[in-house]
Amino acid sequence: MAELNTDDGGGGKKKHGKRRAKKSSTRIDMTPMVDLGFLLLTFFILTTTFNKPQAMEISMPVKDENLDIKDKNKVAAEHTFNMLLTKNNVVYWYFGMADPNLGALPALNKTTYSKDGLRKVLITENNKRHNLYTQIEAWKKEVEEGKLKKEEYKTKVKEYREKFKISTLVVLIKPDKDAKYKNIVDALDEMAICNVGTYALLESNAVEDQMIANANTYVK
Amino acid sequence: MPKNSPSIDMTPMVDLAFLLVTFFMLISQFRAEEAAVIDMPSSVSDLKIPDKDLMMVLVDKEDKVYFNITGQETRVKVLEKMGEKYNIVFNEKQKKEFSNMASFGVPMKSLVNYLNVNSTERKKIQEKSLGIPTDTTGVCELCDWVYNGRILAPRFRVAIKGDQVTSYPKIRRVMDILQDKKINRFNLITNMEVGPGE
Repeated sequence: MAELNTDDGGGGKKKHGKRRAKKSSTRIDMTPMVDLGFLLLTFFILTTTFNKPQAMEISMPVKDENLDIKDKNKVAAEHTFNMLLTKNNVVYWYFGMADPNLGALPALNKTTYSKDGLRKVLITENNKRHNLYTQIEAWKKEVEEGKLKKEEYKTKVKEYREKFKISTLVVLIKPDKDAKYKNIVDALDEMAICNVGTYALLESNAVEDQMIANANTYVK
Repeated sequence: MPKNSPSIDMTPMVDLAFLLVTFFMLISQFRAEEAAVIDMPSSVSDLKIPDKDLMMVLVDKEDKVYFNITGQETRVKVLEKMGEKYNIVFNEKQKKEFSNMASFGVPMKSLVNYLNVNSTERKKIQEKSLGIPTDTTGVCELCDWVYNGRILAPRFRVAIKGDQVTSYPKIRRVMDILQDKKINRFNLITNMEVGPGE
């Protein structure tokens, strides 16, 4: 108890004024201490940050100038999904290769980083090829429910990817000079969300820069 | 004093309050003030970034580049190596200051001055400076910082922390510098995604 009960046994000596004054002196006013306690509490609650920042890991290919062009991985044009990231949070995408020597340049499609933009496109394209996306989603759910172990999930996904290796979507992320860092993170994020296994962070080339410039003028 | 006193026994509440105070005091850690103000983009990634064994390159919204490496001993060693390369001798006090700092974004020639002054002056110097030079042709001080950091702490994780509006070419330049130093695997630091979807 915070207060001492000093009323006991005081019956017979009520006449003396001095005695009464002594009785009340045993109680301490704790209010300032409590005030201070709560002040400190508030301070520490407000200054403590619990969640650490997150990080995404990215592995870049080894830079080697001696590598011959024919040694580099060849990717089937119909599965190559090119994403051109440019200013004002706009993404242009096309399939195949933009090479003026190979005939007409592919047409650019315009989209955004929203749920109904890029993600929809990627999932549709993914589903056109195989049911990889849906299958991985199903496995992810099983892992969450505890039916599937994380290690098993990883091997399963790996096997599955091997099986469809030739026909999986290969995404090339090509930011141009006007792209912002946020755009790249968003694009990489979509790779994770849409279960795209193969993607690379490259730079847009001159032909593609021209394509973006053209598209900016007449695609509204 | 009336028998049914209206006063409440506050002891349990006070006990609890001080328990919480103690808890928060012990759990919170004060970190040195970051020189860079960075608003990170968010992602769905749930990988946690470690507190220690980390080498970090920061790029703010004005494309200024900052550098940070954890561990007081490592910091001093890296600073000494950098001093050797740029012919600057740092005294004990400056080394101590440097080891207690967080990120910094000044070129080598203003670093001595930066370490000598107090925090208000430091902010002024930081504001005036253009960040750590990353030139492709001239001096690439960031290359040396990264190189020395890598040599002295080869097992450290490498991370890039960029602002939402940092331009891509600058980030690309930082990535290229890392790759030149054979660092092909690094982390991009982001915030937790808030709300479902976009």
